Amino acid sequence: MTTEALDGAPSLAKRPRIREAGIQGFLFLCGALSVLTTVGILIVLGTESVSFFTTQQWENSNKPLAQELEAVGASILVGEGGATLRVGDIIRVGDEVMEVVTVDGQTLTVVRGVQGTEPSAHETDLEIFRSNRVTLGEFLTGTEWNPQIGRFGILPLVTATLMTSMVAMMVALPLGLSIAIYLSEYASSRARSILKPILEVLAGIPTVVYGYFALTFMTPLLRSVFGNDTVEIYNTGSAGIVIGILILPLVGSMSEDALGAVPRTLREASYALGATRLETAVRVVVPAAISGLAAAFILAASRAIGETMIVAIAAGAGPALTANPFQAAETMTGHIVRISGGDLSYDSIDYNSLFAIGLVLFFMTLFLNIISQRVVRKFREVYE
Amino acid sequence: MNDIDPFEGNTRRRRRQGIAWRFVFQASTIVGIILLAALLYNVINESFGLAALELEIDPASLAVDGVALEELSQEQLEKIFQANVSTGLYRRYATEKPFTERTREEVYDLVQERVVEPQVVKTWTLFETLFERDAIDAELAEKYPGAHLQFFSWLNPEFVQRPQSSEPLRAGVRTAILGSLWVIAITVIFAFPIATGAAIYLEEYAPDTRLTRLIQTNINSLAGVPSIIYGILGLAIFVRFLQPITSGAAFGLVDDPTTANGRTIIAAGLTLGLLIMPIIIINAQEAIKAVPNSLRNASYGLGATQWETIWSHVLPNSIAGILTGTILAVSRAVGETAPLVVIGASTFITFDPEGPFSKFTTLPIQIFQWTSRPQAEFRNIAAAAIIALLLLLLTLNAAAVLLRNRYSHRY
Repeated sequence: MTTEALDGAPSLAKRPRIREAGIQGFLFLCGALSVLTTVGILIVLGTESVSFFTTQQWENSNKPLAQELEAVGASILVGEGGATLRVGDIIRVGDEVMEVVTVDGQTLTVVRGVQGTEPSAHETDLEIFRSNRVTLGEFLTGTEWNPQIGRFGILPLVTATLMTSMVAMMVALPLGLSIAIYLSEYASSRARSILKPILEVLAGIPTVVYGYFALTFMTPLLRSVFGNDTVEIYNTGSAGIVIGILILPLVGSMSEDALGAVPRTLREASYALGATRLETAVRVVVPAAISGLAAAFILAASRAIGETMIVAIAAGAGPALTANPFQAAETMTGHIVRISGGDLSYDSIDYNSLFAIGLVLFFMTLFLNIISQRVVRKFREVYE
Repeated sequence: MNDIDPFEGNTRRRRRQGIAWRFVFQASTIVGIILLAALLYNVINESFGLAALELEIDPASLAVDGVALEELSQEQLEKIFQANVSTGLYRRYATEKPFTERTREEVYDLVQERVVEPQVVKTWTLFETLFERDAIDAELAEKYPGAHLQFFSWLNPEFVQRPQSSEPLRAGVRTAILGSLWVIAITVIFAFPIATGAAIYLEEYAPDTRLTRLIQTNINSLAGVPSIIYGILGLAIFVRFLQPITSGAAFGLVDDPTTANGRTIIAAGLTLGLLIMPIIIINAQEAIKAVPNSLRNASYGLGATQWETIWSHVLPNSIAGILTGTILAVSRAVGETAPLVVIGASTFITFDPEGPFSKFTTLPIQIFQWTSRPQAEFRNIAAAAIIALLLLLLTLNAAAVLLRNRYSHRY
């Protein structure tokens, strides 16, 4: 301003543009929100999972103390009925916490006064509470998921998820790859312009509709083929097949993109050597596009693992450890939907377990997505 | 050596192989189309067809002095209604809307609904209705002697206008459709400006730094996170942590804050907003990338600032692509079910949502609930609701195609 006032010429120095800077700052915040979403997901899943593993919930075992208990002595006698106490259980009588060392009928040997409590005398008929705390080892390797009795082994949920996803991949891989090869190597451009939109329509149908389809069409179809005795009304096989149909357009169109990216020169060289169209497609084009194909398959697998509504409707309620695709089994996503469907009270073990399952699911899909991006980067053949 | 040249034989074998596999590839594509057809067939097959109805009272017995029920006057109908329902129910209807203010048709419908009270005892699919009529008649005579057959189009104008009900004959999807529209409105208002802003930042401003690359990778990864994870996030953040805001209590809008409990339209809208944001960003980035640099340079050459360039040149030239991407993302949000179930959308609501802080249900949740019920007639109305949902999506996608055709520029 001063220079301007002195010689009358406008200053050529860069002036701060507050409005421009403000807009830029705001737009940056918009972009940063996506990072916040990820951070939010991690924090929410992380903290709630930690409290799932650390909160000690006392559950009435409905088992009374059968005999008066002195402040010393490691052997206690418990009444009949109620929940079964096992070796390693943490129990609480009055204010005192104990750890069960051996179980012999109704006589328990315990370590008195653990977790900072003092051993003290207790009266007869005092109720025994059992700790519901879940260890990470139990969670990851346990074979029973039954929150009512405090069993939180995630394996049945994981195996059911893997079962539906495997069936889905068995449907979607061969079909999707064949469709992609047909569209990219055989179909005329007119046929392609009709067929591709049809696939896109399949991709745009909401998953709940596929769930309906699985329950009212695929399951009756399976039952009429394999017999009502073999196939249960709710089963993982039917859900898996329909998930396969759901991810078919994804596999098909991503694979077609990968095949289409292979340059013409490769095909022409192959034809010039006398190869048939099939040989060119299978031995030249597919290997050249393998990175894109692998990425498509991995991404599809991640979609299949995270798919929720189809399994919630058709795969059945109630976790079960089974290798039979014709039996009902609840997947991770299906379980989350079922327990959160009712009125879920906060800070209950059910509420927290939801986040622990969510964390496992998140890492499974994240792992697959990262692998998929890696595969593309590492094995990509660069032409031209 | 045979009389056929070995080279020639090999060629023939290879050609045969080629034809066989070509057939396999073609068949796979046809299987894909058949699957789509099967899905549509299944839905349509379930949403139309015959149903066996059993009536509480034979309408013929309600005739007064030889005049059939259909011909009776309003006063007579009201008397029949009063005589056949409990006093409490009569009073409830009378306080809801006095009988003198109701039209004759309304009273007649009431009598039909509450006095004649038709109950669906069995339904048949469209296929069975058309081709197995004899078997239906036989089954009807054998198992449901008191029932009569009626053809139902489960999807009908009343179905779209009626609120939710526990009776399949009286159930409708109005509350669900309104709930869906409300949720989508919030989703778009929340997600569209922020996602477009993020896309503009990444394409126009962002320097090539590690932070930018982190944001970009992060957006790509977010697009692959299962939708149910967003539901868990929404449950923890919008429903629980921000409960004073999402329940409306912070604004003094809710008399009794325990009713909605944070499980409101706004919580659902924000959750779905987070879910579709990565999709909108990625699509908008593509649209912005497609604007040629010569346009930007011309604008700078005339002395425009960076924001002026973006606002008056980049955005107008990419808006069609951005909107198309947004509509596609929104149609994904319309069909989303899992995250809304997790954040606890109510499933049984008979009143219309009044604003962002009401409890709600949406069309996909309604479909999920009806599908989960064991009774066959709920499958029929679920199929009808699916057709309504697919029509809604079709409208959205048609809008996207129209937009793309109308505003698309090619350089």
